[in-house]
Amino acid sequence: MMETSKLTAERIKKYLKENKRFDGRSPTEFRNIEVETGISKNAEGSARVRIGKTEVIAGVKMSIEKPYEDSADQGNFMVTAEMLPLSSPRFEMGPPKFPAIELSRVVDRGLRESGFLDFKGLCIEEGERVWTVYVDIYTMNDDGNLLDASALAAIIAMKNARFPKIDETTGKILYGEFTDKKLPLTNLIPMAITFCKVGDKIIVDPTREEEDVLDTRVTIGSSHGIISSMQKGESQALSEEEMHQILDLVEPTWNELFKKLEKHIK
Amino acid sequence: MAEVKRSDGRKANEMRPFSAKVGIIPNADGSAMWQQGGTIAIAAVYGPKEMHPRNQRDAEKGTLRCNYNLGSFSVEERARPGKNRRAMELDKIIEWALLPVLDLDKFPNQVIDVHIQILQADAGTRCAGINAAAMALAHAGIPMKEMVSSIGAGKMDKTLVLDLTKEEEHYEEGEGPTDIPITMTASGKITHMQLDGKITPKQLKEVIEMAKKATKQILEAQTKALKEALD
Repeated sequence: MMETSKLTAERIKKYLKENKRFDGRSPTEFRNIEVETGISKNAEGSARVRIGKTEVIAGVKMSIEKPYEDSADQGNFMVTAEMLPLSSPRFEMGPPKFPAIELSRVVDRGLRESGFLDFKGLCIEEGERVWTVYVDIYTMNDDGNLLDASALAAIIAMKNARFPKIDETTGKILYGEFTDKKLPLTNLIPMAITFCKVGDKIIVDPTREEEDVLDTRVTIGSSHGIISSMQKGESQALSEEEMHQILDLVEPTWNELFKKLEKHIK
Repeated sequence: MAEVKRSDGRKANEMRPFSAKVGIIPNADGSAMWQQGGTIAIAAVYGPKEMHPRNQRDAEKGTLRCNYNLGSFSVEERARPGKNRRAMELDKIIEWALLPVLDLDKFPNQVIDVHIQILQADAGTRCAGINAAAMALAHAGIPMKEMVSSIGAGKMDKTLVLDLTKEEEHYEEGEGPTDIPITMTASGKITHMQLDGKITPKQLKEVIEMAKKATKQILEAQTKALKEALD
């Protein structure tokens, strides 16, 4: 796949001036979203999310570890992401590059800060043993907006997760055997929405082509109108008016998404 | 001689249910999925394309580059993301398993990348990866002399078996377990064989015979999935 050509870039911008996109969507409309859960049986929880042709999988693994000293009664939480070369001709092999690091960090913050996960509910024995929850994300096909897809896959994989069984005499985890107990999660679903500025328009859910022409982007993790994480990416500035426009779009876009996904995330 | 009883009730020479799908990754030039029991492998092919870095170019023929990645949550105890020594060896093993059937003379200075992702692991992940990769290469239109098909054969105590599960790989009775992953071409040539355990040459000949029959069945499923993707 080549970089998006100059001609295509100009046409994307020209179309957007009339609030039109190549695939017929309005600027603030998401592509079709498909969700599958339990896609990997050894994971404590797992999910596949497709947004248009973009596909991401996420899985939850858990282990028992010693808590950090400054949070002796709280579990640990870690998000990683791999942008697999399997998913795009643009992704290279080797150690994670900046986009994958940013992806995992933005998803991590959105989940961590929202109150979605009750960290105290992961404590087994204060100061001694707590659960560590790992959420690992893999991109399977990149056609833009990996960030929102990844956050969603992480949320749904966590919703899907069950604690593994513990051997009562040794205290060790019996991997491969699961309890019915779910993760301690709240109703504060921190879905991430990335708003992109293309020319003088703000759009959501960019395709890969649209991402190639964007000036700047703002990813906002929020739940029921409360913003809990944010990341402005790329090198162009936003005017205050443009930021206001984005902030006004947060709640209606979140509500729209929530309606579409309610049966998977409620 | 008493046959080992398999915990899932299979006969010694019986494989787990398997299935194949071609064309699952829109960005890739070719892609496929192979599921064998509880093991799921996904393969994507990118290329032929210009080889970078330049100094790795082969002016005579194209280069095959394989990349095996075990998903962190595909196994019971979380696998650390990133390449370990096992994965580095498997990259080469898979490359060797595929190379004999590829015709790369037409692609000097170019590279064909094969990426394999293990979504779910219950033994035999390299074999499932090779089965998926062979289909993905065919799907990408890379010239192939014939297909390759792969199966994890082996021995539990004294019984020769096909398609061991993770649990069976840890069989503790009698002579214990022997793992023998084998890859064969459609015409019966061996392009990959490894062994880990204890077995006599005579038994090993029998194992090869079993694997030959199994890979014929796998080949049928691979061919069927490729035909379905072309329709």
